[in-house]
Amino acid sequence: MAKMTMIEAIQSAHDTAMDRDEKVVVYGEDVGFFGGVFRCTAGLQEKYGPTRCFDAPINESGIIGTAIGMAAYGLRPCVEIQFSDYVYPAYDQIVSEAARLRHRCAGDFTCPLVIRMPVGGGIFGGQTHSQSPEAVFTHVCGIKTVMPSNPYDAKGLLAAAINDPDPVIFMEPKRLYNGPFDGHHENPVVPWRDHELGEVPEDYYTLPLGKAEVRRSGEAVTVIAYGTMVYVAEAAVAETGIDAEIIDLRTLLPLDLDTIVESVSKTGRCVIVHEATRTSGYGGELATLVQEECFYHLEAPITRVTGWDTPYPHAQEWDYFPSPERVGRALKKVMEA
Amino acid sequence: MSEYPPLTFNVPAPELRPGDTPDFSGVEIPRAGAVRRPRVDVDPKEIRDLAFTIIRVMSRDGEALGEWAPELTDEDCLEGLRHMMRLRAFDARMLMAQRQGKTSFYMQHLGEEAIACAFQRALQKGDMNFPTYRQAGLLIAQGYPLRTMMCQIYSNAEDPNHGRQLPIMYSSKEHGFFSISGNLATQYPQAVGWAMASAISNDSKIAAGWVGDGSTAESDFHAAIVFASTYKPPVILNIVNNQWAISTFQGIAKGESGTFAARGHGFGIPALRVDGNDYLAVYAVAKWAAERARRNLGPTLVEYVTYRAGGHSTSDDPSAYRPKEEGDAWPLGDPLLRMKGYLIRRGIWSEERHTQAEAEIADEILSAQKEAEEIGTLSSGSGPSARDMFEDVFEEMPPHLIKQRQEAGY
Repeated sequence: MAKMTMIEAIQSAHDTAMDRDEKVVVYGEDVGFFGGVFRCTAGLQEKYGPTRCFDAPINESGIIGTAIGMAAYGLRPCVEIQFSDYVYPAYDQIVSEAARLRHRCAGDFTCPLVIRMPVGGGIFGGQTHSQSPEAVFTHVCGIKTVMPSNPYDAKGLLAAAINDPDPVIFMEPKRLYNGPFDGHHENPVVPWRDHELGEVPEDYYTLPLGKAEVRRSGEAVTVIAYGTMVYVAEAAVAETGIDAEIIDLRTLLPLDLDTIVESVSKTGRCVIVHEATRTSGYGGELATLVQEECFYHLEAPITRVTGWDTPYPHAQEWDYFPSPERVGRALKKVMEA
Repeated sequence: MSEYPPLTFNVPAPELRPGDTPDFSGVEIPRAGAVRRPRVDVDPKEIRDLAFTIIRVMSRDGEALGEWAPELTDEDCLEGLRHMMRLRAFDARMLMAQRQGKTSFYMQHLGEEAIACAFQRALQKGDMNFPTYRQAGLLIAQGYPLRTMMCQIYSNAEDPNHGRQLPIMYSSKEHGFFSISGNLATQYPQAVGWAMASAISNDSKIAAGWVGDGSTAESDFHAAIVFASTYKPPVILNIVNNQWAISTFQGIAKGESGTFAARGHGFGIPALRVDGNDYLAVYAVAKWAAERARRNLGPTLVEYVTYRAGGHSTSDDPSAYRPKEEGDAWPLGDPLLRMKGYLIRRGIWSEERHTQAEAEIADEILSAQKEAEEIGTLSSGSGPSARDMFEDVFEEMPPHLIKQRQEAGY
């Protein structure tokens, strides 16, 4: 075991996957020589050579389009989109091509492809470096969407994604890269080395896609969260003293509905937290599923705490970012209902 | 008051619209054999002129002339003609089948048969095409079963795509034919990526991307040539310029100057422009480009100048936007008749044998059609099961899809 930041864990996932399978190829903007603007591919070019880890032109559609061709050839490309905010030029390639390829030709060609991208706010990135576009991917049939919340999960889930026979969107909450950020931006950053989930095996391992993790057991209310919001929820629970059960989804699609249903059936209350904008957000899908599966257990309306339906602001970042206070208010409200 | 006159807005328009009399006498067509054939390792800077001319081999009199005249055996040439005849006859039958309600949609190749049929001859087993919807000649030229193509068109129980795709969106990995997408130009960067993978793997296989004149305007066209120029993978980037993108003339995609082939120049990619209705010229140019790719010399951009003699698809009526006589007046002629004339002049073909071959091919297609229709058409017989549509979304069906399949009653 070693102490790793999420960046180091992601780098290690690449490294161990490339070491065991020469079909794994890594590229993206600034990914090669420099090792990525967040350093998630540091040292890979030096170790595996420029044919397996290289810089790409600034053209997201080209990065994904060529990666689909490589995957169809039989390689296992794992490409980086520098910020999820930049992925939209590649949306056609992801939706119409990567996601549909297996189905449209009945498996004649397939697309084992991983598309990594940093997501989320809390870094003063403004509207073009802070978005959480998970719902534009979970809405598309044929792709999996994964969002780890800690170094241990990040490494195991990325290794599993690279091994997966289908395309995977791998979203990395960039505010978690260096520590478990709980929304209290006024406090100093807690480093991963002081957190138990910063303990990461150096060897190759995978964690199953489609499995959620209960981060805190509780009886009063279920909080469904993923990414940075897991720590915001933990802070809110600590500050309100409400005995909430916190579920970290880890994979958004396929969704581990069993874990959610089991928890809400027990608690009878549910708060859903995500950074992304509210309307047509993934929380809407989660709320519907909870309503469909747990209606007769519910004792209060399902509540969402999300980013506002505005572009992600710069100066007003902390008015936008779902804070522990907002989550705490929601917890109290569902407990009072 | 501004010292400048008011700005004006430029919208290119074709010279001819319905009711006009086609006249291509102003179009400069180089004579057959006139264009030089450079070495495959030529510096792209030395052949910039080849993107502005038209490489032609077959003369009006049916002779093969010049440095580009390929070495093809009698049997190769006869086979080439048969491929084009088969494709044309297949199209005619399937157009009729669509009109009879046996399928929803069809796209024919009329006037463009030479391009895919001749191109495929330059490829080897294991190479991969990333085609558009108008390259069925790539399959026909490999002897792909017509019956299977028809099963796909009819979306019947033996459709290899399990009825999931529009008619003519074939896929055959075994035949180096990538699954066709209805989204335009997406396959172009994929072809480049496939070729990159071959080079990364130190393989010997090459790829070919295909796009139409209209779709060169797509961002993915530019993405593909950026990546091709950067990594120089073994890929042939084909542009089929058939003059019309549904009702939009090629000047809307290209503007009013230059050529599509010339788009390669800014990227340092060798670019050739070839008579797409000349089977021998298409094959010779494809062979040249394939040779470059196999020798690790990188990508080649090829523009095939042709004319879409039919409608864009069965949903299109070209008489609404171009003169009916335009196709007949097209100066590069009919690829099939030109090949026929060449073979007669070569002394290995005759009108009688041609008529006989037409009859044989008609029989062959009719019997394939009969077999396919015995299985089913879109409107009758056996089709793919409804349960099957839930398969292949992922390799392993996730719980929510299993549940939806049950909900649907399967």
